Amino acid sequence: MSNYKVDATLDITDVLCPVTFARTLLKLEDMMVGEILEVFLNDGEPLQKVPKSITDEGHRVILIEKVGDKNRMLVERGE
Amino acid sequence: MLSGLNFTDDQVVRYSRHIILPEVGPKGQKKINNGRVLIIGGGGLGSPVAYYLTAAGVGTIGIIDDDVVDLSNLQRQILYLTNDVGKPKAVSAREKLTALNPGCQVVAYQERLKASNILQIIKDYDVVVDGTDNFGTRFLANDACVITKKPFFHGAVLRFIGQALTILPGEGPCYRCVFQTPPPPSKVQTCAQAGVLGVIPGIIGLIQATEVLKYFLGIGDLLVGELLTYNALTMEFIKTEIRKNPNCPACGVNPANYELSDYEQPVCDLNTR
Repeated sequence: MSNYKVDATLDITDVLCPVTFARTLLKLEDMMVGEILEVFLNDGEPLQKVPKSITDEGHRVILIEKVGDKNRMLVERGE
Repeated sequence: MLSGLNFTDDQVVRYSRHIILPEVGPKGQKKINNGRVLIIGGGGLGSPVAYYLTAAGVGTIGIIDDDVVDLSNLQRQILYLTNDVGKPKAVSAREKLTALNPGCQVVAYQERLKASNILQIIKDYDVVVDGTDNFGTRFLANDACVITKKPFFHGAVLRFIGQALTILPGEGPCYRCVFQTPPPPSKVQTCAQAGVLGVIPGIIGLIQATEVLKYFLGIGDLLVGELLTYNALTMEFIKTEIRKNPNCPACGVNPANYELSDYEQPVCDLNTR
């Protein structure tokens, strides 16, 4: 796994869209601009849609990598 | 689990389609959750307004109606079921709305809105929705909202036609600017005489509910100074610009110690009996 200082972690592998995106948005709302959120998400729709939706909201996806059977996404909280 | 905006896990799921909308988001949903709406009349207009605002998560819904459910109401008053016939509307409405969203506080007023009680009732609400079936109560509600500077979301229906207007006291014309005084009772055609297609209050009620949500969210253009009319036969929506009447006794430049008063009006038989 890539080394970044992570400020918060969220696992959205137990929910379906659009709750995946909603939970990620809510978590980012709790964080300060520039802080990094680590999100674990499933393949398929979550991986296809959540990173794009988060980017559309003004946050920056730093990386997405495979970790076991899940995906790990790092997001920097935007303005 | 609670987020910083105090949503439970169930709330995140329930309101997820709102939360993911950029124009709503978590903060907008919280504004809706904190909203307090009084609906005057639990009839054809009040039913869809109440259902959708409760579903949207409005924190407090007040519904005032002194009538009981009649079989003839069920053609359009979707808050009620056949086995509700004979029950007080306000109480029956509260049962349905609480079942739909237990997180919404529903206050049932089983009484008639009058000049003597309206200020006491509306003081607990942010906005007022017009679901009344008579001109007298509509004028009374308009005037009380002007006095207390509360947004008033007007709607009315008859036959195949409906209309809606959003009144923001101090910002645009009020209902009395447009219609001035209640028509004489002899000139009023009731629903019993004229009828109404059951879906029309549904359409107009949803426009009113949409305006309420837009107001809470601070998005879009409200129907302030624009009377929207809908004709189901031609399927036309027409917006007509209306202006503040400087001589309006309620909101004009010299509202001379305007006093609330009750009006005698024929009540729509189909709505209430």
